[in-house]
Amino acid sequence: MARLKDLCKNPELFSSGHRACAGCGEALAVRQVLLATPPNKVVGIMPTGCTEIFSSIYPHSAWQIPMIHTAFETAASTAAGVETAYRFRKKMGLIQDDLKFIAFGGDGGTYDIGFQAISGAFERRHRFLYVCTDNEGYMNTGIQRSSATPYGAHTTTSPAGEVVPGKQMHRKDIMEIIIAHNPAYAAQTTVALWNDLVTKVQKALAADGPSFLNILVPCPLGWGHPGDMTIELSRLAADTCFWPIYEYENGKYKITYEPKEKKPVEEFMKPQGRFAHLFKDEQGKAIIAENKRYIDAQWALLHKKQEALCVA
Amino acid sequence: MILAKTGNEALAYAMKQINPDVVAAYPITPSTEIVQIFAGYVNDGLVDSEFVAVESEHSAMAACIGAAACGCRTMTATASQGLALMHEMLFIAGGLRLPIVMPIASRSLSSPLNIHGDHSDSLASRDSGWMQFFCETVQEGYDTLIQAVKIAEKASLPAIVAVDGFILSHCLERIESFEDKKVRDWLGKWKPNWDLLDIKHPILVGPATMQDYYFEFKRSQIEGMNRALPIVEEVQADFAKQFGRGYGVIEEYKTEDAEAVVLLMGSACGTMREAVDALRKQGKKVGMVKLRVYRPLPHPILKQALARFKTVAIMDRADAVNSYGGPLFTEVTSLLYDLPQRPKALAYVYGLGGKEFTPEDGIGVLEQALAGKKDALVTYVGVR
Repeated sequence: MARLKDLCKNPELFSSGHRACAGCGEALAVRQVLLATPPNKVVGIMPTGCTEIFSSIYPHSAWQIPMIHTAFETAASTAAGVETAYRFRKKMGLIQDDLKFIAFGGDGGTYDIGFQAISGAFERRHRFLYVCTDNEGYMNTGIQRSSATPYGAHTTTSPAGEVVPGKQMHRKDIMEIIIAHNPAYAAQTTVALWNDLVTKVQKALAADGPSFLNILVPCPLGWGHPGDMTIELSRLAADTCFWPIYEYENGKYKITYEPKEKKPVEEFMKPQGRFAHLFKDEQGKAIIAENKRYIDAQWALLHKKQEALCVA
Repeated sequence: MILAKTGNEALAYAMKQINPDVVAAYPITPSTEIVQIFAGYVNDGLVDSEFVAVESEHSAMAACIGAAACGCRTMTATASQGLALMHEMLFIAGGLRLPIVMPIASRSLSSPLNIHGDHSDSLASRDSGWMQFFCETVQEGYDTLIQAVKIAEKASLPAIVAVDGFILSHCLERIESFEDKKVRDWLGKWKPNWDLLDIKHPILVGPATMQDYYFEFKRSQIEGMNRALPIVEEVQADFAKQFGRGYGVIEEYKTEDAEAVVLLMGSACGTMREAVDALRKQGKKVGMVKLRVYRPLPHPILKQALARFKTVAIMDRADAVNSYGGPLFTEVTSLLYDLPQRPKALAYVYGLGGKEFTPEDGIGVLEQALAGKKDALVTYVGVR
C-alpha cells in the first residue's frame, strides 16, 4: 500500500510542461506509473500516439527516464530489443544496474495495430511491463473508433448517424487475451484509484516475466467531457463496473475494487458527448440497455473467475 | 581456411565470426538458412549473441532498432516480402543512424508469388537510408558482410548486403575464410556515441519533430550518406591490407579499350564475364562495369568511368514499372545527363523472378550495345 506522503517525495520522472490537453487522463496515468518507480531504474519505450506527441516534440522532452519511440505498432517489439540488449549486457558483465522496462501504448497501439508484437513479446517472455493507456479510441488521429471503443459510442469512424447510432460492437476483452498468454502479472485500473494503480505498477515490475496493466484514461476531447471531470468519470467507470478493477496473478483473479454501491451505468455515460445521442430516442435507450446487460454479465463473470481456482 | 559453403552458409559463418551482440530475425525464403544456421551457433555456445526469434520481420527490425539504440552490435537477415514488411522500420533505423547490418538473399516480390532471385526487394528499399552492397559471388558476400559491420559503424548508417536469392544463397562455392579471432580483432568493439541503457544520462531516442526541425534531421542524415563513400573505400582498403582481398565500389572488366560496356550488379556479373570473354575472342571491343555499392551511389566514380564509352547497356534485375527502365537505368542515366559527351544508354531488364540469364543472353546485350542500337525503349531479356 503506497502512501501519498512517501510518493510525493519521489522525483517527477514525467515533468510538467508537456503538451497534453487540459484534463488528459493519459498524462495522469504516465505520471502515476512513473511515481511508482524508483529513479535510475526504468527505461521507457513508446509507440506513436498521443503520449509520444505531447511528451516528445523536439527539442523538448518531458521524460526524465531514457525513452525510445519507433513506430505505431512497435512498442512491444522495440521493448523486446531493448530488454534483449540489457540481458546481453548483464550476461557479459557489462552492466551492473538492475533495470526495469516499461512500454506505454494507447489502445490503438495495443488492442489493434500493435497487438501482434505484444503477443509475440509475451510469448517469448521478455521481462517488461506493458502499460496500455486506454482512452477507447484513436484519439491522436482525431477520435476514430478502436477495438476498445464501447458499444454505441460516437467516434469519427463510427459516427452517430441517422441510421447507425455509433459503434455497433462491444469492446475487445484485451485482458482475457493477455491472460491467455500466461503473463507474470496482469491488472486493470484507472487514474482515479491512484493507490490501486501504484500498487499494481509495483507488483508488475516485481513480477518475473511479461506483465500488463490496462489503465482507463478519460479523454476530454474524445469523450466530450469537461477537463475537470476526468477523475470523476474515471471513478464513475469503476463505480458503475463499466471498468472492473482487478488483477490476475499466479493463475488467480482478484477484484481489487468492489464498489460499495454499484451505480447505474447512465451516470458514467450521461456526462459524455460520445454517448449523448443515446439519450435522445428509443433506439439509443436500447443501446444503453444492452450496455447494462453486458456490464452486468461481465461483472458477474469476473466474480465467478475470482471464485474459481484458475491455475495455469 | 578453404571451405565449401553455400551463400547462406557463408553469410551465417561470417555472422558467427562477427559475433554480434543481438540478432532478431524471422525466417523467409531464400534467406531462412542464415538465421537457422546462426541459431545453431547460438545454441551450441559458439557465439555470445542473444538471439530473438521474433514473430515477424516488422518486429525483427523493431527489435534490432531497440537493441542497436542500446549500443549493441545488431544484425538480422531477410528477403523479399520480409524486407517489404520491414519497410517502415528501415526508414526508422536509417533516421536514427543505427548501424544495423542485414544480409539479404534478394528475391522477387509478390504478386504473383515467386521465391526466386531478383533485386526487386532491395531496390524497393533504396530510399530508406540504408547502404546497399550487391555481391557477385559467395566469397564476395562473405567478405562484404564482415566489411559492412565496420563501414556501418564508422558511417553511423545501416547496411544491406545482398546476395542473389538461390543463385548465390543456395549455390555451393569454394570460399577462403579467415580465422574467427582475426575477424573479431579487425572489427574491434563498437563504441556508440549514445546508449539508451546509460541510465544516469537519460536520452530521448526518436522524438517527434515539427516543420521546424524535421528537415534539419533529414539533411544531416543525407550528409551522413554523402560522407559514407570515402568510409566504404577506406574500410575496403583496410580489409584488403588485412585479409589480402580487395574490392572497389565499382569494378571494371576488360574495359581498357572498350567501346561498349554493360553496367550491372550481383551474380549476373559472373555470367557477363563469360559473354565479354566470348566476344573479346572475336575481337569485339566490349567490357563490363560491375556496380558493387548501390548506396551510397558512387556517382563521381561511376560518372567518370562511364563517360569514356560510346554505349552503356544498363541492366536491371528489377523493374520500376514506369515503362522507361529499371531503378539503376533511371539513376545512372540521370547522373550522365550533364556530361558534355554522353554515352548512349540502353535499358535492359532481365532475370525477374529467377528467370535464367545465360552467357548467350549477355552476348546479345553486348552485341546490341556495340551496335548502339536497341529494339525498344526497354528490352526485356529472355521473356517469352
